[in-house]
Amino acid sequence: MAASSHDAAGKGGFRAWLNKRLPVDEFVESQLTGYFAPKNFNIWYFFGALSLLVFVIQILSGIFLTMHYKVGEATAFDSVEYIMREVEWGWFIRYLHSTGASFFFIVVYLHMFRALMYGSYRAPRELLWIFGMFVYLALMAEAFMGYVLPWGNMSYWGAQVIVNLFGTIPVIGPGLVEWIRGDYGIADSTLNRFFSLHVVAVPFALAFLILMHLVALRQTGSNNPDGIEIKQNLGADGKPVDGIPFHPYYTVKDLVGVGAFLIFFCIVLFFVPTFGGLFLEKPNFEPANPLSTPAHIAPVWYFTPFYAMLRAVPDQQLGALLMLLAIVVFFFLPWLDRSPVKSIRYKGLLSKLFLGAFVIAFVVLGYLGMAPAEGLYVLLARIFTVVYFAFFLLMPWYTRIEKTAPVPQRVTSHA
Amino acid sequence: MLKSLPKFLIAAIVAAVPLAQAAEHEEASGQCRALEIAHWKADTEIGNSASLQRGARNFMGYCAGCHSMKYMRYSRMAADLGIPEAQLEAALLPAGSSKNDYITAPLDATDGSAWFGKAPPDLSLIARSRGTDYLYQFLKSFYADPATSSGVNNISLPGTAMPHVLSALQGVPEAVRCTLTESVGGEGGGAKGDVVVQKLEVPVAGQLSAAEYDAFVRDTVNFLDYVGEPAKLHRTSIGIWVILFLLVFTGFAYLLKQEYWKDVK
Amino acid sequence: MSDTVHDSGEVDLSRRKFLTAATAATGAVGAGFTLVPFIASWKPSERARAMGAPVEIDLSKLEPGQMITPSWRKQPIYVVRRTPELLASLEKHDANLKDPQSGASNQPAYTKNAQRSLRPEFLVLFGTCTHLGCLPKERFKPGDAQLGTDWPGGFFCPCHGSRFDMAGRVFNGSPASLNLAIPPHSFASDTKLVIGVDPTPAKGAA
Repeated sequence: MAASSHDAAGKGGFRAWLNKRLPVDEFVESQLTGYFAPKNFNIWYFFGALSLLVFVIQILSGIFLTMHYKVGEATAFDSVEYIMREVEWGWFIRYLHSTGASFFFIVVYLHMFRALMYGSYRAPRELLWIFGMFVYLALMAEAFMGYVLPWGNMSYWGAQVIVNLFGTIPVIGPGLVEWIRGDYGIADSTLNRFFSLHVVAVPFALAFLILMHLVALRQTGSNNPDGIEIKQNLGADGKPVDGIPFHPYYTVKDLVGVGAFLIFFCIVLFFVPTFGGLFLEKPNFEPANPLSTPAHIAPVWYFTPFYAMLRAVPDQQLGALLMLLAIVVFFFLPWLDRSPVKSIRYKGLLSKLFLGAFVIAFVVLGYLGMAPAEGLYVLLARIFTVVYFAFFLLMPWYTRIEKTAPVPQRVTSHA
Repeated sequence: MLKSLPKFLIAAIVAAVPLAQAAEHEEASGQCRALEIAHWKADTEIGNSASLQRGARNFMGYCAGCHSMKYMRYSRMAADLGIPEAQLEAALLPAGSSKNDYITAPLDATDGSAWFGKAPPDLSLIARSRGTDYLYQFLKSFYADPATSSGVNNISLPGTAMPHVLSALQGVPEAVRCTLTESVGGEGGGAKGDVVVQKLEVPVAGQLSAAEYDAFVRDTVNFLDYVGEPAKLHRTSIGIWVILFLLVFTGFAYLLKQEYWKDVK
Repeated sequence: MSDTVHDSGEVDLSRRKFLTAATAATGAVGAGFTLVPFIASWKPSERARAMGAPVEIDLSKLEPGQMITPSWRKQPIYVVRRTPELLASLEKHDANLKDPQSGASNQPAYTKNAQRSLRPEFLVLFGTCTHLGCLPKERFKPGDAQLGTDWPGGFFCPCHGSRFDMAGRVFNGSPASLNLAIPPHSFASDTKLVIGVDPTPAKGAA
């Protein structure tokens, strides 16, 4: 009896001691137990937390890969095989990282689609959205440079093609390409600087941008499938009537999402790590060879929608510009959408059709980017590029003229 | 109606299979068509260690003179495939090599280029970069061609620099050619008037029957598949335990979530 | 608390506690298992182990009084063929040694004898000073100019002046306090020394 009360006092004592020096309880209160999230999140709301999980997986596996990988033209390819064969569990760590790369884009694309559906980019969340887009851009840079590191033949030729895109910039292009490579072709110097950026610089940038994304989220609060601002409907206690504390309700819910996600993740990792050549491409099991381009060259699947657009345009500079615009246009989304409602649930038919068409266009372009650029495929790529841009550029028009359904006062359901 | 549907489907498939086979046969004997090898499947079993051991023996006997496996050690191979050390040293290890050495070929690259026009490639990763079916098709589609310096050509890789190393086993197949009477699209097709290889026939059989040769190639390809990714031997069996564990975890997490969410109206 | 959340009165707390514990325990076990590959990846790789495999040394060219220094597992090994005079010198200075019986020093049991060797003629040592890891020099000539007229022949460490006799035993007055260590070794034949393998019956170990 006396002992237990002494224990409790001891704990309380330490806790008080700690909180005087570090705002632990205050942080938990403000960010978890006292942070109210809408109670009607559905399955689409898992992918933000899952993106963070994959980020952690990539950092952890990346740190351990860096311990065994040897950057350099002459050593990179061999060291990856060394990891795959001679380092204990090296194959697991490498597949964790390569599978993680693809799953990062899967969850980020689903996360972005959620934002498109429910209008999560709309005021007051414009900055939240823009930070998210910067995360996406940094992720693309990170993925591209990481793909070069194994120094397989696809790494080499992928780097060649992507770096040459910078050559399409008028006037400074050719000089810029040489500067990026640090040589007259993709070379040791290129590999070395990409390694540094991939392992140090971009991860730092990503971590910072993710933090800003989360800070902005905490400021505005989450959107939800109904697109209602729960802060505008407070109860007598001053808390949102449609909100529930993030912890424990969403922490335990996200745990279920994490478990389910890891099942899919591990099925790929342990049973189909190359995913039929989509996640790890066959020509990349041959060392980089500057004298032999792989018969069929395409970027990894997550870049192929943009690659298809690049190839759909018969002009090199316009193609590169279009590809750039396809990403830049996302940044303007908060101001392109003029609908009086946020969520697709209450938007009109036109919005639903355009969003559906956009998703189809994105997937089809992704497929076309992997397929050879010939005949019907080029035509299809052009058509779907138009559809892709129509979704954005016609948005001010179709969101204004369509008839929207009335938005309810309270969120409608929860699962 | 719904219940009878699957049965009906199965019946339709069962009926269709012999028809399709008959049609294929008829085509082969009647019309001129180029030989299609894309449907030759390696069908290797990574878990079949007897096959892998035979494949290792085949490789060391017929391939290792020219082709290296520079990422693979003899000792690792023996441990993974369950080859006893005594047998490794007696039957597989070349004189002068240590069991801890990587599998290198006695032929050096410049000699290889001089003799064959192209250095024989390292085969550590060939199954990963080309796939097992390709290797199976390649080793099965050599045919005599006096026009080449090695005396043979290959359907899968026309103009290959590699001689038919396995001819003592298979014999040297002769190409039976025919002239296309009409233009045929797709794989194995061509323009009207093209002379194509219709099939391969072995005039003088080697030491192995056709079926034995297929099995020989299959074992060898299976071994190459293993060498491409040694972790493949254990990866899936570990994976099953991981998935089972995650199912348990997700189950608990789901029950916990349901319990807490009873609060939420 | 907002009106969407029940009062805790209706809550089955024991079920909550049980499920929280079960989920946390399973998660902890999973995290533990996840750590295994990362920790294991630091172990010597197959390459390191292959390079650390036993090495065979041909002794047929080693003359009496000579030393060779092959390397095993990244460490220099001293192999000395001792002359009868050098062997005889070992018996005379036990009183000057810190550990004459090698009781505290590191060596395989089969070399814990007066000559510290399997076969008296051949001395096999780790060439690493037990003080701070420098490589002692060979000073086999008795009465070495630098080490004094009473020097019986042995090893001298240039870093901090530790002195060892022809069995690698450390002399009084040296900063080192243990005799030079001995690696596992055996003789495959009269002229073939194997470092890294104990003598039979355990051949093939390591």
